[in-house]
Amino acid sequence: MLPVPLRVVEANARTYRRTWKGSVVTTFLSPVLFLAAMGLGLGSLVDRETGARALEGLAYISFLAPGLLAATTMQTGASESSWPVMAGIKWIKTFDAALATPVGVPDLVAGHLVWVAVRLLMTSVVLVVVIASFGAVSLADALLAVPAAVLTGMAFAAPVTAYTASTEQETRLSSLFRFAIIPMFLFSGTFFPASQLPDWLESVAYATPLWHGVELCRGAALGTDATLPVAAHASYLLAWVAVGWSLSVRSLRRRLLP
Amino acid sequence: MKSTHRAAEPVDEAGPGPQNESNDRALVEARGLTKRFGEFVAVDAINFSIRRGEAFGFLGPNGAGKTSTMRMIAAVSPVTEGRLEVFGTDPATHGAEIRARLGVVPQSDTLDTELTVFENVYIYGRYFGLPGEVLRPRISELLEFVQLAERGDSKVEPLSGGMKRRLTIARALVNEPDLLVLDEPTTGLDPQARHALWDRLYRLKQRGVTLIITTHYMDEAEQLCDRLVVMDQAKIVAEGSPTDLIARYSTREVVELRFPVGVQERIGDRLDGLATRSEVLPDRVLLYTDDGDRTTAEITRRELAPESTVVRRSTLEDVFLRLTGRTLVD
Amino acid sequence: MSAQSLGLRVIPAAVFGRRARSVLERNLFVYKHIWIILFSGFFEPLFYLFAARVGLGQLVGDVRNGSGERIDYAAFVAPALLAASAMNGAVYESTMNIFFKLRYAKVYDGMLATPLGPFDIALGEIGWSLIRGALYAVGFIVVMWVAGLLQSPLAVLGLPAALLIGFAFAGAGMAATSFMRSWQDFDLVNLAILVLFLFSATFYPLSVYPPWLQLVAQLSPLYHGVVLIRSFTLGTLELTLLWHALFLAAMGSVGLAVSAFRLRKLLTP
Ligand SMILES: Nc1ncnc2c1ncn2[C@@H]1O[C@H](COP(=O)(O)OP(=O)(O)O)[C@@H](O)[C@H]1O
Ligand SMILES: [Mg+2]
Repeated sequence: MLPVPLRVVEANARTYRRTWKGSVVTTFLSPVLFLAAMGLGLGSLVDRETGARALEGLAYISFLAPGLLAATTMQTGASESSWPVMAGIKWIKTFDAALATPVGVPDLVAGHLVWVAVRLLMTSVVLVVVIASFGAVSLADALLAVPAAVLTGMAFAAPVTAYTASTEQETRLSSLFRFAIIPMFLFSGTFFPASQLPDWLESVAYATPLWHGVELCRGAALGTDATLPVAAHASYLLAWVAVGWSLSVRSLRRRLLP
Repeated sequence: MKSTHRAAEPVDEAGPGPQNESNDRALVEARGLTKRFGEFVAVDAINFSIRRGEAFGFLGPNGAGKTSTMRMIAAVSPVTEGRLEVFGTDPATHGAEIRARLGVVPQSDTLDTELTVFENVYIYGRYFGLPGEVLRPRISELLEFVQLAERGDSKVEPLSGGMKRRLTIARALVNEPDLLVLDEPTTGLDPQARHALWDRLYRLKQRGVTLIITTHYMDEAEQLCDRLVVMDQAKIVAEGSPTDLIARYSTREVVELRFPVGVQERIGDRLDGLATRSEVLPDRVLLYTDDGDRTTAEITRRELAPESTVVRRSTLEDVFLRLTGRTLVD
Repeated sequence: MSAQSLGLRVIPAAVFGRRARSVLERNLFVYKHIWIILFSGFFEPLFYLFAARVGLGQLVGDVRNGSGERIDYAAFVAPALLAASAMNGAVYESTMNIFFKLRYAKVYDGMLATPLGPFDIALGEIGWSLIRGALYAVGFIVVMWVAGLLQSPLAVLGLPAALLIGFAFAGAGMAATSFMRSWQDFDLVNLAILVLFLFSATFYPLSVYPPWLQLVAQLSPLYHGVVLIRSFTLGTLELTLLWHALFLAAMGSVGLAVSAFRLRKLLTP
């Protein structure tokens, strides 16, 4: 028999078999479109103008691609841990149903997060292949970025699960995306180096998990050194996963077993 | 859509008919009224006429065509064929004018879940073009009337089924309608809520509001309706007041007999001549008779020895089941 | 149909406006409870503008417009962001929200039991999208002005232009929504919006594309909106702008007509 958390993973996987088509758009096509529009389109301007200097001779699409990889796993990790979790708690109440069986709250959280990690892994591998086919980086190098991308996604999945579990209102979820996820998408080094930001914002950007994820992915894919040692970036992201994970268990327990 | 416009004064072109004399006071008048969805006939050439001030019922099993008829009267569903006049006008051309004088309680609530109780009635009043100063005092009265005065600021979702139904009624009354159309107003409610609703509807009727009610509850029809029609499979199969219908389609009393297991099957023709009509059901036997006591006496004399004998008055339910059959409709 | 009933169909047209207003009022009441959603919609284009200014602008430098003049990158992108946010606001309001009201909340069934008709509803909902869009547009134009990105007083025309974009997309969005069957269909809407957002001369001039792609991009309704607003904020007025405006007006009108027709079909079978 499967260990308890894996049974939760299985349940998620079965649902996904029915709904995967929709997620193709958000998790796969949208980075491809960004890569085409910004990497190729805008890139042709950047490479011609002053940008070539700012990026130290790197083609813009090569700069952008690993950043988009990290940003996409952030989006996937966060959205998989917001609306589906809210649905489990409140709309369809699948969590209540699961808790009426031998599944406990920690199993539920573990099952959910392991499932998100599986999703992140699938997404990252597909994306890496696409990035390579754009000629942005070589496939072998890009594959090195996959673990970093998954870790980045998890650094969002865990805390967002905790956030969702502790909020009653759906509107807070939209606010999370509008005021946290989208600004990070734009300012954490995905589209341009965070060093271009005004100083106060620059320090904020360095505190975001996405910046560390982008640094890791870019370092791995381009074979360059990240700003900090790899271990430092990775530990920072792991800390978000660990804290988010334990807070998730706490909030979910409070919410479902009052 | 195929329907001709007519002048405000109804001119009966169908020729002299049994209902003709009441025409001048008819609020709703249907002749050969038909509704088709594609090939499917939901309402099949029905005739009825509803007078000002009465409570008129449409009785019938699920799928009989009650809702389809209500929606045509409420001018939200085009008439396929035949003639329909509401307030002496044609819904096809005067839909907005008709709806302005109508209150509608649809079969399933269409309350606005994004608004509070008060706002639901207020905005609904605004749809009728009523100004805020008229609405505010009227809504306080209406919420009082449907016993929701304390819940004005509550959202709709947490309300119980009965409360939602009452709110829908308050909303339907906001334009002070001349005609209130209620489609299964009490289906799904508990007994307390049903009685509370009946009470409110009775008061409305006393105030002179004309009511059209569909239901498949016989007690509701008996309680509320002055006159009713029984619909089955898109047609009207009977028409009259509740007492009329019982007199016409049933007997004064019904004797219900239950026999020990296995006995009923062997009873054969020993019931012959006991009653005007008898009906053998899987679990009991019904004897329709004008004198229940005489029938029971005869049963004892014939030594039929039923396990239990119940004599009751005939109800609309007996009429209904006789007319529409006992097979389950879903 | 007799002349009399024809008259009755024409005269109420005068009161359509008044009836549709009550639909607007309903939405105003709803957003009283969730104003934060309304408010937060203002920020996304601001974030993008800021990113264009401090980030991409430094990478790209200046861009050249059709006549070869150099334009500051942020001043180039800002009008496109205004156009895109008008599109986003209108599409969100006219797709997800209307789908919810149509299929789940049964809001329109309630409305149709009153003197309101399908056309009043379509008009009222699109009107509401426009009001919402106007709020964002005014805010964004003020921000552009403060940031010194307006190069012409003609920029005030950016507001009506944004409303025109809103009208075009609200009409089209509502018409499309009336054909949708499930929430999954909205993934396609999101995809379409993203494609339009990224490829309508938003972040760089069309001259970046090969000629055939330039032709394709001109099919994008957002492209017409971007050109319109950009001409106003940069102060380059041309007669061809009429064509762009006409395109958007036609798109909105067809959308409105189809929406009303479809609502009647769906709600009054
Ligand atoms: N919009 C529709 N399209 C097709 N068939 C319909 C529609 N509305 C009702 N019907 C059919 O018409 C018949 C009568 O329905 P209805 O008037 O709702 O009956 P009742 O209210 O008496 O239960 C039913 O068989 C129903 O399935
Ligand atoms: Mg019905």
